[in-house]
Amino acid sequence: MNNHSENFEEHVHRDDFGAKMGMWLFLFTELLLFGGLFLLYMAYRLQYSHEFHIAARELNIGIGTFNTIILLTSSMTMALSITAMRLERKTLSLFLLASTILLAFGFLVNKFFEWSAKFGHGLYPGSDVLLDKPRGEYLFYGMYYAMTGLHAIHVIVGMIILTFMFVFISRNSITSTNYIKLENSGLYWHLVDLIWIFLFPLFYLMR
Amino acid sequence: MSENIESKPYISYLQAESKHKGIFKWILSTDHKRIGIMYMMGMMAFLLVGISLGFMMKLEMLTPGKTIMDAQTYNAFFTLHGVIMIFLFIIPGLPAVFGNFMLPLQIGARDVAFPRLNLLSWWLYVIGGLFAIVSLFLQGGPIDTGWTFYVPYSIRTGTNVSLPLFAAFILGFSSILTGLNFVTTVHRLRAPGMTFFKMPLFVWAIYSTAWIQVIATPVVGITIILVIVERAFSLGIFDPALGGDPLLFQHLFWIYSHPAVYIMILPAMGAVSEIIPTFSKRTIFGYKAIAFSSLAIAFIGYFVWAHHMFTTGISEVSRFIFSLLTFLVAIPSGVKVFNWVATLYKGSITPGPPLLFVMMFIFLFSIGGLTGLILGSLATDVHVHDTYFVVAHFHYVMFGGTVMIFFAALHYWLPKMFGRMYNEKVAKWSIALIFVGFNMLYFTMFILGYEGMPRRYWDYLPQFQTLQIISTVGSWILISGILLMIGNLNRGIKRGAKAVANPWGGKTLEWTIPSPPPVHNFDVIPVITHGPYNYGEEEEK
Repeated sequence: MNNHSENFEEHVHRDDFGAKMGMWLFLFTELLLFGGLFLLYMAYRLQYSHEFHIAARELNIGIGTFNTIILLTSSMTMALSITAMRLERKTLSLFLLASTILLAFGFLVNKFFEWSAKFGHGLYPGSDVLLDKPRGEYLFYGMYYAMTGLHAIHVIVGMIILTFMFVFISRNSITSTNYIKLENSGLYWHLVDLIWIFLFPLFYLMR
Repeated sequence: MSENIESKPYISYLQAESKHKGIFKWILSTDHKRIGIMYMMGMMAFLLVGISLGFMMKLEMLTPGKTIMDAQTYNAFFTLHGVIMIFLFIIPGLPAVFGNFMLPLQIGARDVAFPRLNLLSWWLYVIGGLFAIVSLFLQGGPIDTGWTFYVPYSIRTGTNVSLPLFAAFILGFSSILTGLNFVTTVHRLRAPGMTFFKMPLFVWAIYSTAWIQVIATPVVGITIILVIVERAFSLGIFDPALGGDPLLFQHLFWIYSHPAVYIMILPAMGAVSEIIPTFSKRTIFGYKAIAFSSLAIAFIGYFVWAHHMFTTGISEVSRFIFSLLTFLVAIPSGVKVFNWVATLYKGSITPGPPLLFVMMFIFLFSIGGLTGLILGSLATDVHVHDTYFVVAHFHYVMFGGTVMIFFAALHYWLPKMFGRMYNEKVAKWSIALIFVGFNMLYFTMFILGYEGMPRRYWDYLPQFQTLQIISTVGSWILISGILLMIGNLNRGIKRGAKAVANPWGGKTLEWTIPSPPPVHNFDVIPVITHGPYNYGEEEEK
């Protein structure tokens, strides 16, 4: 902590450690935001465990696995992009960041096809098909859309943030000595990835 | 204020120029002091709206049956009164105004850790407030669910629920950003030599509060979003007709909203711990005990939420545990009260307006706290649940507690913030009016509630009328006291005598710089060598 406070007088607006601390606190609030949903999932899974099992069989495990691989790869390219920036390899960093954004886009495309297929089978909240099913299955889809939907919003926000970072790097406002913004965006992206890592088994694998 | 305060070699933050013009000098400023003042303006406006709604509700209660409004309007009024007072006034309250203004000054910093994020918080606050106001005038009519938004009614009602809920979500986001900003500020920007145990107790309180804001608010955020989504797409999560469990809504709601009670009261307790040493010229008694009790309240407060749900049919065991945990909160609260009183003992007391407010706070908050124990015990809670008793209790702790200290802090720090003094004699008259009016208005509610008057009812039985009339007259006295106070402060800001740097003889850092503070707070960042309340008696370690 102390090595930073010496620089404080010259750089009133530059405190990388503080910036990272703020980011971690923010990520903590994100965890709690999803935490509410995980809590609800747990309560309903206990209450309707049989129906949850049956409903989960409808989900496409192939797309889910593929999306997991995509997100994990994007987390890797994100981390590599930061390392490349630290090693002063700007072009490589830009390329890796662009790959991350593209992978995120790929994730959303997959998600789109997955959701449309569900809608095609009438598996959406308020549909007659779902209303005819037992209440536990209805709730499974309620939780499914709520949690993957909120996650998808986070993916979109992540893409926007990463696009900004791309612009910042190309304009040299993120450099090899001042890359805290990129690092914090990376932290955010890893969180988005991590949440999916929990969503995937809860919805696709526990059947 | 435009005239130059003598020809001092500094530029106060009120006069400072920036690249922006006119009002943009303020609404685009990242100066924590200006942001604090802007929060204050917003909050005073919403306070007046909330007071007007309360005034009309009490007027309606003057006679049984219809007095001035119909039942549906009354439903909307008590909802709006709650939403505005809680989400737009008390929760941002002391942290946003005095936390913003005083926290960097008290720890010897030039600004908060993230000044631009701070401005964003204020903008979110304004946008949230606007959404809440706009929702009143849309088709469907104003929200009528009560400020707790309980499902399933909030899913079914045809009034505008989604927009005010979204407003509450935005306000929560604003609160989270303020919280993480303050936590980082306290960790990163303390002046050299200011260890955690040399921080003023107000900083301790703001720090504990900031943690609660960060930890608790996201939970209500997701809960609110789920209700909006439920209304739009019927996911079924909180809808019993679709298999959902409305009780889970109450759990998630109170997981935030009970700790939020401590978001409201902790900063007030911090301000009390500033005012008492200054006005009794004594080192605070039990510095560490007060500091740790703030953390203890923040911690225990997180585990008591279900005491709002004693009559909902949750299990006997959990009711027992939550009741026990609720009683535990009384311990750190009691520690604080005893330490404050012990600080006053043998002190050289000056009964200035801030201290009078604090005295009133201790009196009212003790009544509020003790009646809280009645509500916390299972047997008595069943009897007085959802009656005026509860209304009286939370007005004694929220209004008699937090808001009184908000007023005290206004009187304490106003000379610092604006470099002007208000009329102390008028201030004391307003305090007397507030005290009499407050007790007439709310103490009668304890009796009414005990006798069985339910809360949120538009009508009542004729035998309650005498007490209702006393209560309504009390509201008039209270409001005239508050208006007198606001007028006096406003006059002080505009035309009051110039204030010196340290009018009360305070020892914390904000009193070492000129009033109003210069733009960059400190020309030289101070080096801290002793505790915050060094009145030259026995050193407290």
